Amino acid sequence: MSSHPITEDDLHGFVDHLLDSARRSEVQTYLDAHPEIAARIAAFSHQREALRVAAAPIADEPIPPQLNVRHLMEGRRRSQASSWRSMAASVLLLVVVGGAGGWSLRGTVVERSETSGIAALAQEAAYTFNVYGVDRSHPVEFGPTDKAQLVSWISSRTGRTVSVPDLTASGYAFMGGRLVATPHGAAGLLMYSNGQGQRLAMLARPMTIDRDTRMSEHSYGDINGVTWASKGTGFSLVGPAPADLLHPIADEVRRQEAGRI
Amino acid sequence: MADMAHLIEPVIPALRRYARTFVRGAGDADDLVQDTLERAISRWHQRRSDGDTRTWLFTILHNLAVNHLRRAARRGREVPLDDAGESDVAVPSTQEDALRRDDILGAVGQLSDDQRSVLLLVSIEDVSYAEAARILDIPIGTVMSRLARARALLLNLLEEQGKPASDRPHLRGVPHLRRVQ
Repeated sequence: MSSHPITEDDLHGFVDHLLDSARRSEVQTYLDAHPEIAARIAAFSHQREALRVAAAPIADEPIPPQLNVRHLMEGRRRSQASSWRSMAASVLLLVVVGGAGGWSLRGTVVERSETSGIAALAQEAAYTFNVYGVDRSHPVEFGPTDKAQLVSWISSRTGRTVSVPDLTASGYAFMGGRLVATPHGAAGLLMYSNGQGQRLAMLARPMTIDRDTRMSEHSYGDINGVTWASKGTGFSLVGPAPADLLHPIADEVRRQEAGRI
Repeated sequence: MADMAHLIEPVIPALRRYARTFVRGAGDADDLVQDTLERAISRWHQRRSDGDTRTWLFTILHNLAVNHLRRAARRGREVPLDDAGESDVAVPSTQEDALRRDDILGAVGQLSDDQRSVLLLVSIEDVSYAEAARILDIPIGTVMSRLARARALLLNLLEEQGKPASDRPHLRGVPHLRRVQ
C-alpha cells in the first residue's frame, strides 16, 4: 500500500487518466478494497465517457467558413489597408507640456524599451517630446496659421485624416506640428502651449495591434502621458504636467475625435 | 504568419466543442469562436512566448463566453431545461443519438458556469488541472473542488431519472429542474 493516503484529488486524477502508473496502481488497490468508493469512481468514469461521446460530433463537423483562420487573417489585412487609406480617423498628436524646466528634461534615461502596441506609442511620444517639446527655436514645422498644410502633410504620410483638437477650453493654444519618424512608421505631432509657456504634445499614428485600447497613464523620466487607441488609431498625450492634469485633457481630445468621425 | 495559422487551426474543433457545450447555442458558440480567433490574430504578438497556444486560445474563449452568458442573463434569456432542446446542442445524427447527447449535455447545462467550465475542460477537452487553473484564473485547489462538486451534482441529476448515467442519461420530463446560475 501507499505511504501517502489517497486523496479525493487522486480519485479524480484516476478518472481523468492523469496519474503516473505507480500512483494509479495504488489508487486501484485502494478502490479494490473500498467497493462503495469504487462504485462512485466508476460512475464518474462512465459520466466522463458519456460526455466525450456526446460532444465528439461537434469537433467532427467541418469548420464553417467564418472560422477559417486564413480568411480571417486576410480580412484583417484588407480592412487595415483600406482603413489606412481612407478612414477619417485621426493621426497621433503629440502634445507636450514644456516650460521653465524644459531643458532639464534632456538626458532623461528611459529604462524600459517597449516594442509594440500602445506601450510603444507611449514611449515614442515621450521621446518625441524630449526632442521637440523643449525646443525653443524651432519646435514645429508648421505654425497655427499653416494648419491646413500641416493636416494635409500628416494625413498623406500616415494614411489617417488628422484633425487638430481645440484645447483652448483647457487653457492650451495650438502651436503647430510636424511629421515625426517612429519605429512603427510616420506619426503626426501636434503641439500646444498654455499662457505660462508650458507645452503639451499629442502624437498620433495608425496601430497594427492594440487598435482599440482604453486610456492608460505612464511616465518616462519626467514626461508623463496618457495613451489610448480608437478605431485603429493610437493617441498619446504627453508633457511634464502630472498625469492627473493630462487625463482630463486627453478625455477632451478623445471626445472631439469621437465627435468628428 | 503561416506559423500562426498552423498553431491555431488544429485547436478550432475543440474551441467549437467547448463553446457549444458551455453556452449551449450553436450560433452563439460559433460567434464566440470567431471573436476568439480574431482576437488571437490581432494579439498574436502579446502571446507569451513560453505559453501554450491551446491554453491561450481557451483562455480568450472562456472569458468571451462568460461575458456573453452574463449579458444574456441580464437580458433575462434564462432557458429552462426542458426548453433547451436539440436545436441548442444537437448535431445532425440519428434521432436516438441526438436525444442521448442532449440529455447529458442538457444536464451539464444545469450546473453553474463555474462548475460546468471545469467539468467540460477536464472531461472533454483533456485540459490538465494546472492548465484549467490558468484558463479560468483560479487556484488549482478551486479547480479540484469545483470538479468534484460538478461530477457529484451531474451524477445526481442523471440518477434522478432512476437510471445510471452511462446506461440511459435521460432528463426529459423533469420540468422542475432549472439551470442554476
